[in-house]
Amino acid sequence: MLAVRDSRDRVAFAELFDHFAPRLKGFIMRSGTGSGQAEEIVQDVMLTVWRKADQFDPERAQVSAWIYQIARNRQIDVIRKENRPMPEELGEDPSAEPEASQILAVDQEVGQLKQALTRLKPDQRDIIEKAYMGELTHQEISAQTGLPLGTIKSRIRLGLERLRHELKDMR
Amino acid sequence: MTAITHHTPDALLAAYAAGSLPQPYALVVAAHISLCLECRAAYEAHQAAGGAVLESVAATDVSEGLKSSILALLDTPVPCEPTYQRSGVYPGPVMGALKGRLPRWKSVGMGVRQCILSAGHEGSVRLLYIPPGQAVPDHSHNGLELTLVLQGSFSDDTGRFGVGDLEVADQALEHTPIADPGAPCICLAATDAPLRFTSFLPRLLQPLFRI
Repeated sequence: MLAVRDSRDRVAFAELFDHFAPRLKGFIMRSGTGSGQAEEIVQDVMLTVWRKADQFDPERAQVSAWIYQIARNRQIDVIRKENRPMPEELGEDPSAEPEASQILAVDQEVGQLKQALTRLKPDQRDIIEKAYMGELTHQEISAQTGLPLGTIKSRIRLGLERLRHELKDMR
Repeated sequence: MTAITHHTPDALLAAYAAGSLPQPYALVVAAHISLCLECRAAYEAHQAAGGAVLESVAATDVSEGLKSSILALLDTPVPCEPTYQRSGVYPGPVMGALKGRLPRWKSVGMGVRQCILSAGHEGSVRLLYIPPGQAVPDHSHNGLELTLVLQGSFSDDTGRFGVGDLEVADQALEHTPIADPGAPCICLAATDAPLRFTSFLPRLLQPLFRI
């Protein structure tokens, strides 16, 4: 992804496509979208990945998280025909050299999240998938107590430290 | 600025990240995340969880031509989408809802003013301007009400809410927010149903003002 962002590397983009396009299609079709429309959305998402690559920050997000949000936004925009309200960007210094240790920490957290997902019982896993595919209302999500979200909690703490660190550098 | 003490509940952040939150609430949550680092971190954690789900679903083969048609489109220029910056007390997403213009207030009586940003079947979201010491008319609501303070502060039975604080009120709460002394209180408020006033006269006026 960094090769796509920093040197507009088409070979690297083709590799991203090979990894994510089939997953995106599977993800989108899970919520009942037909194959043809799913591919249109995959195309929009991958083109956004290419065009907005400069907004990708490996110190804060893993590629999968970033692409997940682009995909959900696109799906919602297609359904609602209006843009979803998005938070302000944090306005970081794009020339700042990313810290390898930060990137590694983000990768490790996502590895832990993925492992936590595989350890879930099938019905719990089904609920988590439904929640992040946008199929549960916030009331339904808050009724799901006892889901093993501990990994998310620890990530929130780390993310907060990272954001504070980042803002300190900007001042 | 005082520290934010009333945050977005986790279920709302998860629903916002997943895109299942109705548009009026999504605007309030996006505005809160713009002001609150803690909720931004929590939101990003939910994105990471969503990313983990995306990585774990069964892949489905894409058609043969898809890759080449995308690669051929990489250099096609696209019109720039407008992005809206924070202006004064209004965070970027609110400026987006205002299409970049400052709010046009309409009086609803007693010095209280409002500017409706959207109203539809999913609910409504508006800006409210409440002079110091003034109460928002006594009301209850059919469903969830989210109120984000952008300027000044207000207090009600449940506590004090300053800039950046988010009040989450469900239908059980019949509350009377009163703007604190000092600067007029400006809030962003979303409901999934028209506000119901508990006194008779405002209830008659409700259809007129869409409050």
